[in-house]
Amino acid sequence: MKTRTLFEKVWDQHVVSEAEGQPPLLYIDLHLIHEVTSPQAFDGLRTAGRKVRRPERTVATVDHNVPTEPRGTPITDAIAAKQIEALQQNCREFGVRLFDIDSADQGIVHVIGPELGFTQPGMTIVCGDSHTSTHGAFGALAFGIGTSEVEHVLATQCLPQRKPKSMLIKVAGELGPGVSAKDLALGIIAKIGTDGATGHVIEYAGQAVRSLSMEGRMTLCNMSIEAGARAGMVAPDETTYAYVKGRRFAPRDWDSAIERWKALPSDANAGYDAVVELDAAQLSPFVTWGTNPGMVVPVSERVPELSAMKTDAERNAARRMFEYMGLEPGKRIEHITVDRVFIGSCTNSRIEDLRAAAKVARGHRVSSKVRAMVVPGSQAVKRAAEKEGLDQVFRDAGFEWRESGCSMCLGMNPDILQPGERCASTSNRNFEGRQGRGGRTHLVSPMMAAAAAIAGHFIDVRNWEFRN
Amino acid sequence: MKAFKVHKGKVAPLHRANIDTDQIVPKQFLKRIERTGFGEFLFYDWRRDQNGQLDPGFPLNHSRHKGASILVTGKNFGCGSSREHAVWALDDFGFRAVIAPSFADIFANNCVKNGVLTIVLSEAEVAQLVERATKHEDYQLTIDLQDCEVRDEHGFSAGFQVDEFTRHCLLNGLDDIGLTLQHEREITAYEAVHPAPVRLVS
Ligand code: SF4
Repeated sequence: MKTRTLFEKVWDQHVVSEAEGQPPLLYIDLHLIHEVTSPQAFDGLRTAGRKVRRPERTVATVDHNVPTEPRGTPITDAIAAKQIEALQQNCREFGVRLFDIDSADQGIVHVIGPELGFTQPGMTIVCGDSHTSTHGAFGALAFGIGTSEVEHVLATQCLPQRKPKSMLIKVAGELGPGVSAKDLALGIIAKIGTDGATGHVIEYAGQAVRSLSMEGRMTLCNMSIEAGARAGMVAPDETTYAYVKGRRFAPRDWDSAIERWKALPSDANAGYDAVVELDAAQLSPFVTWGTNPGMVVPVSERVPELSAMKTDAERNAARRMFEYMGLEPGKRIEHITVDRVFIGSCTNSRIEDLRAAAKVARGHRVSSKVRAMVVPGSQAVKRAAEKEGLDQVFRDAGFEWRESGCSMCLGMNPDILQPGERCASTSNRNFEGRQGRGGRTHLVSPMMAAAAAIAGHFIDVRNWEFRN
Repeated sequence: MKAFKVHKGKVAPLHRANIDTDQIVPKQFLKRIERTGFGEFLFYDWRRDQNGQLDPGFPLNHSRHKGASILVTGKNFGCGSSREHAVWALDDFGFRAVIAPSFADIFANNCVKNGVLTIVLSEAEVAQLVERATKHEDYQLTIDLQDCEVRDEHGFSAGFQVDEFTRHCLLNGLDDIGLTLQHEREITAYEAVHPAPVRLVS
């Protein structure tokens, strides 16, 4: 029989129909919903007199808009409140399970899916959100869709999809101390560019990827979209099984699930449309300097010189970028001071991320010039962190400890940057205005963000003085 | 969706690479629960200054590009967030087609669903169109989806490729949920042998 990749196996298992002249129809196992990209989809159903075909495969939560002040504080933004109410109303009307704002399981949709055990190897998962790629860490085929497609999946539990191409990213060796999954993700984007994987599903493999925890794999797959990819995947293994086991919605018939999952990894010699190889030992902590995630350099280096750009178009784009970012070409990254620090988002707000940041923060004080906040990805992460005393470490150091949600990753709630403010952020996008109009975002790992909060400027966390 | 067959319209150039959906429609406008009315928010932070005044330097604000229905722009257009609001904003503003050297996947999908055509031309062809749109007053293009061709009245013409099924749907303005539902028997048969892997009652 023909050898197949992980992606091809999951794909093949979900093709419902392949009619002549039409794209294959793909069955969707799990549909995640949030308040921002779903109201128009439910409206569409109502207008057409359609139902949600499989409410038992659909899960909703509120995350993008929710304030991170203590729960129970009224939502002052009337339009945001209306959007949250619309989701509540739609879930009631169409019979969809909602993890609402006051639920003990509320959180960023890409954090709670895995945490509750919804996300499982071999599944197809979609959500009206580009970072759905996160769930690929479990060996699921998970990708973001637009609102029309949300409506399509609600109505039919299927999506017509052209089969994407496949790309293998193989990372040899091990990440050094102080170098995290986030740095690996940024290093990959630095290498292939923000459109380097457009039209492809990435499979991450190699020793460095195998050694990552599930949290690390999620961070890596999360950023796949920042390289243009449709999805990112990691083959399931013992690390995956150990994470899923015992979670609330994990399979009950565990042995048969394991048996199915064991058949998923790519066959030896399976072919890919593209292959990229990296050596983990060459990577260092990264800091972005521009307004897309591909504009990134190691912390020990400098903002690039204009002469380093190859074309006029690149030079012009870089000039705009320097002006927007308030940076001079050639400036040392470690000399860039920050006003704000944000530790959170679906990229880096899981318990392991908070542990890493707390380890750096312990026994130190946030710089008097910096306002720093920690926003756990979910209520469950928040509880776990509090149980370990991480909240106290952060508070003692002068970080704000907030309620779960997307928060300053995109600033749809009151957590935003003021014009000109500079932020070290563990999120995934440094686009112009992403964290607030005129705001300047530098993407970094949780450890690097915590270190920047304390030092008041970027600093190589490999030289950090850890205190107990 | 709206049908797209042949469209003739004015061109607006915005020659920047990697324009992300956060720029096309900033997040502060994503809270509306309707599909309509997003046009005024298109490129909001670029079109308007801090006080909400139109910036005369921004190409879309030039009087000569007023009423444009075809946007010509740089590579990797529409990258980033999956927000379909970006397409609703372009559509509501009056754009029927976007021409670029490449598009982000989710954005291109979202366009099709709204009857907005994305056309991939080479970097050189895009540069030519930008130059012409800047040089000629009232520069227009004709986009012919039947022949898969873009042309102007000054001798420019270029063929483009579009997926045959997408073309069929656009030409006929088909509702693709309706098309999927024609496979009801196959979907039901699939579900019969693939029970839901998740128990939503714990
Ligand atoms: S945390 Fe940020 S990237 Fe993740 S789902 Fe929320 S807004 Fe999107």
